[in-house]
Amino acid sequence: MEAQRTESKFVELKPFADEMVVNMGPQHPSTHGVLRLELKLDGEVVREAIPHIGYLHRCFEKHSENLSYSQIIPFTDRMDYVAAMNQNWGFCLAVEKLLEADEKREFAVPERAEYLRVLICELNRIASHLLSFGTYGMDLGAFTPFLYAFRDREKLLLLFEKVCGARLTYNYIRIGGVSEIIPMEPGSLMEQNFLDEIAEFLDYFEPKIDEYNELLTSNSIFAERTMGVAVMSAEMALSYGATGPNIRGSGVDWDLRRDEPYSIYDRFDFDVPIAKDIPELGAVVGDCWSRYKVRMDEMKQSVRIVRQILAEGLPDGPVMADLKAVRPPKGEIYFRSEAPRGELGFYIVSDGTPKPVRVKGRSPCFSALSALQELSRGLMVADIIAIIGSIDIVMGEVDR
Amino acid sequence: MNPEAIYQTLAEQFGEAVLSFDTEQAGDPNICIAASAVADVCIYLAETDTLAFDSLMCLSGVDLGTKEENFAVVYHLYSMQHRNKVVIKTLVPKTDPRLPTVEHIWKTANWHEREAFDLYGIVFEGHGDLRRILLPDDWEGYPLRKDYKEPELYRGMQVPY
Repeated sequence: MEAQRTESKFVELKPFADEMVVNMGPQHPSTHGVLRLELKLDGEVVREAIPHIGYLHRCFEKHSENLSYSQIIPFTDRMDYVAAMNQNWGFCLAVEKLLEADEKREFAVPERAEYLRVLICELNRIASHLLSFGTYGMDLGAFTPFLYAFRDREKLLLLFEKVCGARLTYNYIRIGGVSEIIPMEPGSLMEQNFLDEIAEFLDYFEPKIDEYNELLTSNSIFAERTMGVAVMSAEMALSYGATGPNIRGSGVDWDLRRDEPYSIYDRFDFDVPIAKDIPELGAVVGDCWSRYKVRMDEMKQSVRIVRQILAEGLPDGPVMADLKAVRPPKGEIYFRSEAPRGELGFYIVSDGTPKPVRVKGRSPCFSALSALQELSRGLMVADIIAIIGSIDIVMGEVDR
Repeated sequence: MNPEAIYQTLAEQFGEAVLSFDTEQAGDPNICIAASAVADVCIYLAETDTLAFDSLMCLSGVDLGTKEENFAVVYHLYSMQHRNKVVIKTLVPKTDPRLPTVEHIWKTANWHEREAFDLYGIVFEGHGDLRRILLPDDWEGYPLRKDYKEPELYRGMQVPY
């Protein structure tokens, strides 16, 4: 090419001469942590957006190989730190599943612990979606929803603090039950107060969801920025391993809580919100707005589940199974659960010793983020921000 | 279709490339496949209507210990249509860990294979963009190998703490 150009007497059109490479991140307010994007731009059009991850890589998988199963739980807190209860639970479920495979011993998680787990994890899902909603609005220039979302999230964090003493990294759900670090006797005044506070929060919070929908969801500037942008088809979502709200935003009716019920989710009544085309507004299934809207609708369903638990009341009994030592049999398991960001899987290989041979965390954000490159091709720079917010990533979980 | 029936189907289709069906250990049973046949078996699993494994839940490298001669690569597959699960396992020698990519079948394999390459040094042949994903490009060694020794210094910074 070089030789040709020097021989020619005419100025040739150089095909990629106008391409400009811009680094977005790793320190950038709308990359939700430390994500670096290498943007190849033609003016304001994105030719290619290449994600570079790993800035928060701590290799919890290597740490895990030198720790006992119970010691790994605090590491899972630090994966998705805005929904740490769900991460604790995902890991414990996998270990419990492997323990159950041992024929030599009987083992069951007590009822009371199951109810507490669902209760706390659904509240944590609300807290996580609130953060997603607030920061998404802020990314796109709406500052007020952020303050509202954090105000309500704070109330939830205080509730979590009451149950386990921590605001963000809980280490609450343990293998075989939940932590008793703050004892809550069945039928005690403390339990009653705790449940009353949750009921009070739900009464306060439920009407707020409609307020938020008015504030942001139907805001015309927000709608213009998100509707019809970066449409992810159902096939594409499936192929990229997008899960949770992202795949439901693409119109796939799929929720592990309903379709592969674990714990006691089969006892509760809830709907799975799915994105639909709304021609009068301009929303298309699979666009940024649909993914966002699924999260808003999911908060209502979480409220529904928590209300059912409050109506039933917590059962009596212990909160921890009688486990002398956590020592799964030789074998391997892959178990997945529905975290706020999608399918959280843990692959555990055990050789019968108290330490695992291999732990792999299959993070929903990692898979969803890999679709970014294809989603953003040919869009505007400003749309990149809309996509990142809509797939709702937490870098702690992407990099692990 | 349960894993055993899937094993029978694969054994009929691929003969000797399907090595064994492991139900000895606790947890998920897995189908062991020869490394060279992985891509063919996966295409068959994904594109046959009765199987239709349309999603790759997880792809992981495994090092079972310093005494083992092989790394394992494990594929957890799920079929949305039939609601079936299957675990495919392959062994690759530690001296030259190579096997064909499945990136063209499930796009999510792109990043998962890059991760296995990054942390285990397993080479996925035919992968379009096989470079480190979590670690810096100039990092030496593969941390999740059991015999890994961390370097003293990285760009003048102390590594062990």
